[in-house]
Amino acid sequence: MKNNLKKYFPIFVLPTLIAFIIAFVAPFIMGLGLSFTKFVTVTDAHFVGLSNYIKIFTDPNHDFANAFVFTAIFTLVSVITVNVFAFALALLLTRKMKGTNFFRSVFFLPNLIGGIVLGYIWQLLINGVLDKLVGSDITMSSTYGFWGLVILNNWQLIGYMMVIYIAGIQNVPTDLLEAAQIDGASPAKTLFKVTIPMVMPSITICMFLTLTNSFKMFDQNLALTAGAPGKTTQMLALDIYKTFFGRGVAWQGVGQAKAVIFFIVVAIISFIQLRATNKKEVEH
Amino acid sequence: MAAGKRKSTNVIIFVLLSILTVIFMVPMALVLINSFKSRLYISVAPFAFPNEETFVGLKNYITGLTSSGFLWAFLRSLFITVASVILIVVCTAMISWYIVRVKNKFTKGLYYAFAFSMVVPFQMVMFTMTYIVGLLHLNNVVGIVYVYLGFGAGLSAFMFTGFLKSVPLEIEEAATIDGCNPLQCFFRVVFPIMKPTAITVAILNAMWIWNDYLLPYLVLGSSNKTVPVAIQLAMQGAYGSTDMGGFMAMLVLAIIPIIIFYVICQKYIIQGVIAGAVKG
Repeated sequence: MKNNLKKYFPIFVLPTLIAFIIAFVAPFIMGLGLSFTKFVTVTDAHFVGLSNYIKIFTDPNHDFANAFVFTAIFTLVSVITVNVFAFALALLLTRKMKGTNFFRSVFFLPNLIGGIVLGYIWQLLINGVLDKLVGSDITMSSTYGFWGLVILNNWQLIGYMMVIYIAGIQNVPTDLLEAAQIDGASPAKTLFKVTIPMVMPSITICMFLTLTNSFKMFDQNLALTAGAPGKTTQMLALDIYKTFFGRGVAWQGVGQAKAVIFFIVVAIISFIQLRATNKKEVEH
Repeated sequence: MAAGKRKSTNVIIFVLLSILTVIFMVPMALVLINSFKSRLYISVAPFAFPNEETFVGLKNYITGLTSSGFLWAFLRSLFITVASVILIVVCTAMISWYIVRVKNKFTKGLYYAFAFSMVVPFQMVMFTMTYIVGLLHLNNVVGIVYVYLGFGAGLSAFMFTGFLKSVPLEIEEAATIDGCNPLQCFFRVVFPIMKPTAITVAILNAMWIWNDYLLPYLVLGSSNKTVPVAIQLAMQGAYGSTDMGGFMAMLVLAIIPIIIFYVICQKYIIQGVIAGAVKG
């Protein structure tokens, strides 16, 4: 069978392999190389060593550093709020009540809507509220933009994480919960001593999902604030995009260098995630 | 006594969840309401219900569909999504079977390359990918389907190989003895076994491709808009002069297919998203 299948290499492997090389492998290797060059259209690239990377950190506007700080704070706040709300909802929806399925479906729905559409839906709502309260819109202050993005991110991710938490909570053995009850443990104690330790794997998965989703956010950022006012609500992905396509001639290499740094940070997060999830599974 | 207490707690929770449901629905309801109002009243009074003066019926939907080529964008998105999902499911299922059954250094390397591609953010490859895709003349509605195969390959192959590792060889061997060649064996025996994973892979890719903005914008540009690109350009293009009525209608039209899709295969979607999250 194995040798027979090998003869069919062109049919089974080549279509996907070529597409993968065109879309990912070649662009990735070229991208790494170009981050050490100065270019406008790829063909005119010439080697400049580390000067693109140096330019990122000596940029008088501090665009990348500002975007990094904004993204980090946004991600931290999102990870906490999304997971607290999602876990609370999951607890409420695992009480075997009527209507549970309906509520679950409703809370999950926003996750299916794309970032661009989400951004404009929330822009209408937030601008409407701000107009009534303070007579301005979301582009007036970076505080509005920050919390607007946090609320939007919560709206999109809570249902997603909730569904994963529900699956985790439903897997907690009922005899364990009953034993706690018989031993006279209060509901709060049961939650912290039995349920939460038992769903630790789900918590790890959801924390990292929220972390990477928030850290890499682009569409929602572009649609809701586009970085305004100024560049104060510009996250990393948007800053990289604008460096490539909006900063003018000879900044493309800097954009690519920023993308390499972005990739390295995301890769480190993923690596930590892999270690954390594997460890949790062993403990179990 | 305890049962009565539990019952009253449940009533409180039910009320709380109902309030939350309303809050969750407000943003979408707001867009829906405004899509029936005259363009002049949307930014001024977004929270007012349409009345005799502001109600315009389906006028926004007609302008939204016709004026900025949204109808074409809609059909284009539909074609790209359906074609890409079919191509991704079939091709990555095939390469995954090859990876699992033909074990050598090459297939092992391929497996790790697919896994690696999942952690690389799009910004890392977007500029060079756009360049290569343009060079190969894949920057059109048909070509982008093939580009999506390349981008979807990582997660999809990862999920298929994960499933295939647990499928025993005996079934396939029996089919080979019966005189099947690998292609027949794959489509008659292996692929039907993989159906649950195929559904998951199809759903994850469909949600991603339908909503994807940056890739189609970079590859196809503004002359071949998809739905997210059309929406972004409608708002970005004309500062202050955007037809808010038509825009609201476009937002509603972008959400409707998702809701229909969700209502029809909700069970699979939720299962698929969990499977994708836990394995990816």
